[in-house]
Amino acid sequence: MAASRSWFVPVVSLVLTLALGVVPLPDSVEPLRPDWVAVVLLYWSLLGPRRFSLLTAFWMGLAIDTLSGALLGQNALALLVIVYLADRFHLRLRVFPVSQLAITVFVLLGLYEFILFWIDGIVGRSVPMTERWVPPITGTLVWLAMLFLFDRGQREARARL
Amino acid sequence: MSAPGRTAAGFGRSGFSLGVRFVLLAIVCVALMMLDQRQQHLQRVRQALSVVVYPVRVLVDLPFRTWQSAAVNFTERSALIAENEQLKRERLEAEFRLQRLAALETENERLRQLLDSTERVGLRALVAKILSVDLNPYRQRFDLNRGVTDGVYVGQALLDAQGIVGQIVRVDAFTAEAVLITDADTAVPVSVNRNGLRTIAVGTGDSGRLRLPYLTNSADIKVGDLLVSSGIGGVFPAGYPVGRVVEVRLQPEQSFSEIIAEPASALDRDLEVLLVWNDQPAPGEPKAAAPPAAARLGEASTSKLADAN
Repeated sequence: MAASRSWFVPVVSLVLTLALGVVPLPDSVEPLRPDWVAVVLLYWSLLGPRRFSLLTAFWMGLAIDTLSGALLGQNALALLVIVYLADRFHLRLRVFPVSQLAITVFVLLGLYEFILFWIDGIVGRSVPMTERWVPPITGTLVWLAMLFLFDRGQREARARL
Repeated sequence: MSAPGRTAAGFGRSGFSLGVRFVLLAIVCVALMMLDQRQQHLQRVRQALSVVVYPVRVLVDLPFRTWQSAAVNFTERSALIAENEQLKRERLEAEFRLQRLAALETENERLRQLLDSTERVGLRALVAKILSVDLNPYRQRFDLNRGVTDGVYVGQALLDAQGIVGQIVRVDAFTAEAVLITDADTAVPVSVNRNGLRTIAVGTGDSGRLRLPYLTNSADIKVGDLLVSSGIGGVFPAGYPVGRVVEVRLQPEQSFSEIIAEPASALDRDLEVLLVWNDQPAPGEPKAAAPPAAARLGEASTSKLADAN
C-alpha cells in the first residue's frame, strides 16, 4: 500500500510536469515559462526521498525531445547532467540554508539552459540567445514556491531518512 | 558515495555506481543525438516514443478543445442564425466561383493536352487540426492531429483558406510536425503574380514577415505585389498565394534590395489547415484510393481543390 502510493505521486507529478511544459501560453508570457521538468526533477532529487534516478531523467528528457521536436537526446543529456550533479552533492547541499539552495538551483537550471543552447549551436540550429536566462529565474521561483508549499511533508520525509 | 536513502529503490536502479551510470547514459544521449543529426535513422525510435507521449499531448489539448466546444454550445441563438446566414451567403459566392473555375479547369486541361503538357491541376486535400501544443518557442513549428495512419508524408505542403502555410517536417503515428513558411530555416519558391518574376521567399522567424533576399535593385517589384508559389522544387503546389509585398527598400550601395512580404495565410490564427497531396493522377485517369481517414471525412474535406484564388 505504502509502496504503491510512493510510486503514484511522483509518476503523476512527472506526467503533469511534461504537460505543463507544452501548454500553450500567450506570447507575452511565453519567455517566462520555466523548465518544468528540470525544476521538478531538481526538487525531488535535492529534497525528496531518493526517488528519481538518472534513468528517470533520461526518459523524461527523451519525452521532452519527442514532444518538442528537439534533437533526440538533447534534453535528456542536459537533464542527466543537472540531476547527476544534484544527486552527487545532495547530502552536502541538504544542510545549506534555503537561500544558498535556491542559488544552487538557479545555477543548475542555468547550466541546463546552457547545455541546450550549446547543443543547438553545435548542430547549427539557429536559435536566438535572447531571453534564455529568464527560464532559470522563473524556475528558481517555482522551486522556492514548491519548497514552501510542500515543505512540511518533505521535512517529515527527511526526518525519516 | 552511499546515501542512506539511495538504496531505498526508485526507478531502474542498477548495480552500477552513480558516476558509471551517468557516463553510460550520457554516452547513449550523445550517440542518439549524433544518429538523429547525421542521418534520419531514428525515425522509428521517434515514432515509438511519440506514441508513448501521445497521452500528454491529448491531456494538454483536451481543455482547449473542450472550451471551444463549450463556447459553441453556449453561443446565442441569434448569433448562430446570423452566422448561418453569413455562411450561406459565402457558400453561394463560393459555388458561383467554383462553377467558373470548373469551366476554366476543363479548359485548362484541354489546352494542356493540346500542348502535351503533363502538369496536374487536381489536388487532394485533407483537413487537419492544429493541436494546442506549444513547441519550442524559438522555432515556428506546430503539431497536427494527422500522422502516418492518414498517409501524411514528410515534405507535404500545408494550405489554409488564404494561401500556403508550411510543410510537414516529421511524421509520427498519429501526429505530424509542421514548419511554417516564416520559420528562419525555410524558403518557398515564389513568383510575382503581376509579371511572373521568379524568386525565393525566406522565413524570418517572425510569423508576420517573409524576406525576398535574392532580388536585385533593378527587379520589377513594388509594394502590394502578390507573391504566388511557383511550384519549382516540387514541394508546394503552384499558383497559391504566399504573401504580399509590404516594403521595398532599395540599397544603392549593394546589388540586392531589401524586400519584406507579409504572409497571405493567417499563420498565427489558424485552427485548421489543409494537407495537400500533390500525387493525384491527372484528371481523366482513375482516381487513386484515398486513405481511410480522408474517406471518412467525406466530400466536404476531401474536396478537389481547383487552382482557386
